[in-house]
Amino acid sequence: MSEITRDEVAHLARLSRLALDDDELGRLAGELDVILGAVAKIGEVSDAEGVTPMTHAVPLENVMRPDVVMPSLPRDDVLAAAPAAEDGRFRVPRILDEEQ
Amino acid sequence: MTDLTRLTAVQTAAAIAARDTTATEVAQAHLDRIAKVDGQLHAFLHVDAEGALETARRVDAGEITGPLAGVPLALKDVIVQKGVPTTVGSRILEGWRPPYDATVVERLKAAGVVILGKTNMDEFAMGSSTEHSAYGPTHNPWDLDRIPGGSGGGSSAAVASFESPLAIGTDTGGSIRQPAAVTGTVGVKPTYGGVSRYGLVAFSSSLDQAGPCARTVLDAALLHEVIAGHDPRDSTSIPAPVPPVVEAARQADISGMTIGVVKELSGEGYQPGVEQRFAEAVETLTGLGAKVVEVSCPHFAYALPAYYLIAPSEASSNLARFDSVRYGLRVGDDGERGLEEVMSLTRAQGFGAEVKRRIILGTYALSSGYYDAYYGQAQKVRSLITRDFTEAFAMADVLVSPAAPTVAFPLGEKLSDPLAMYRQDLATIPSNLYGGPAMSLPCGLADGLPVGLQIMAPTMRDELLYRVGAAFEAAMPAPVPPLDWEA
Repeated sequence: MSEITRDEVAHLARLSRLALDDDELGRLAGELDVILGAVAKIGEVSDAEGVTPMTHAVPLENVMRPDVVMPSLPRDDVLAAAPAAEDGRFRVPRILDEEQ
Repeated sequence: MTDLTRLTAVQTAAAIAARDTTATEVAQAHLDRIAKVDGQLHAFLHVDAEGALETARRVDAGEITGPLAGVPLALKDVIVQKGVPTTVGSRILEGWRPPYDATVVERLKAAGVVILGKTNMDEFAMGSSTEHSAYGPTHNPWDLDRIPGGSGGGSSAAVASFESPLAIGTDTGGSIRQPAAVTGTVGVKPTYGGVSRYGLVAFSSSLDQAGPCARTVLDAALLHEVIAGHDPRDSTSIPAPVPPVVEAARQADISGMTIGVVKELSGEGYQPGVEQRFAEAVETLTGLGAKVVEVSCPHFAYALPAYYLIAPSEASSNLARFDSVRYGLRVGDDGERGLEEVMSLTRAQGFGAEVKRRIILGTYALSSGYYDAYYGQAQKVRSLITRDFTEAFAMADVLVSPAAPTVAFPLGEKLSDPLAMYRQDLATIPSNLYGGPAMSLPCGLADGLPVGLQIMAPTMRDELLYRVGAAFEAAMPAPVPPLDWEA
């Protein structure tokens, strides 16, 4: 498969919530090209057709637990480790634009 | 007076139980050693002297007993310990103190193991050299100008340099075994699901597995037994008894076993010195009474590309939790910027180059239009690699190969070439994709640097690693680093 453009990397960075600068975008585009060139070798495996994809090493199904209330972490301990808290809650930057 | 830092875990526990020494003296001796040499090694990111001495005091008071009570241990900084800084080698978690203990830590504490501190690692366990740690690299005790392996280079360096007899590592593509190989120590990746992942900061959830690092096979087995076992808090934890690893390490007899040499884990990419030591190791195993056969696992050639699609894909999803809201870093929250902008600035500043590379790669592999060709195909190849293992284990009890393709390379050598770094995991990745257990243990030196022998076993047959490993170790004891750099 083919070359990754800087614009494509910028799109992937937006999806990943990474504010990358121009230098990083350019460098990553080059690196990604090399890495994808190497991993594209996976397409050569000819006997993969019809094989069931393996998602996990342990074939466990429907792991259940009793539906009972278990203790959770103390709220104050959790909030103490947060970057910002207020009134017993996580404090976040605004989530809506001015005009919305 | 014996140097307490030179004892094995078994000897240490015995000396404490016999009151030849105390857990406090043992802990202090290791803390002193860390204070003396870690400035040159940088194996530790955080030393918890107070916590270590408190556990030692409780062991000395007879409050905790057991086969590893009072034995010191270094904990890889990817596992959370309540109140003790956990960074995962990243700026994004700098200063974070977890509000809970991982299951592994709970079990260590219950066993009276003395946790000395947190060890250095490649950021989010992504790397093979510790050079991707945001806090600077760890140095190999065999040669300070060389890498200690990665991602768990801090744990392996701490064990090799007698800072600690035991350590915990985690292995997603080789992060326990490759560091063990290049530092001349023992490292085991248990069967996936054998050790709880609760409290292990996730990198690639279908591959991540914590395991023991030690200087002897029996020490590793004792630690394995302490940390393994079913945990309802990890839904992928296997509800079955722990394989009899300690018994197997004491048995150390391989007569009548069949050992398979994997044809595909040799040749291109493997240093001649490594291949030579490996060939001699196979001869040693034959001499111990094992039957050696060659096996072919044709899809192993595709393990590396499959891994570098699956692991980054899972990482790109897992690392979404670092959102600048619940824990860790927050950058640019000036009252003007919105949440998404703050989140994007935080992640750009908090993550290092390798982590960003893998998030972008994983996001690409999962995006529509590429999903089937990359991620979907990689998962099918994972099935084929598992089939190769199953067929090979029909012919042999365990498989062997070199654990790492090269000896420890100089710091900086592969830093600007991601693919060259990724190739360090050539021999270790297949077991992660399959889920089976694997061990690296020392098999001599090449150019004065350690070489690791890898043993791979079927899932939930972890005891076979210890049986073969202990027999090999008895025939060929591990080399001891000269440590001639010590002041």
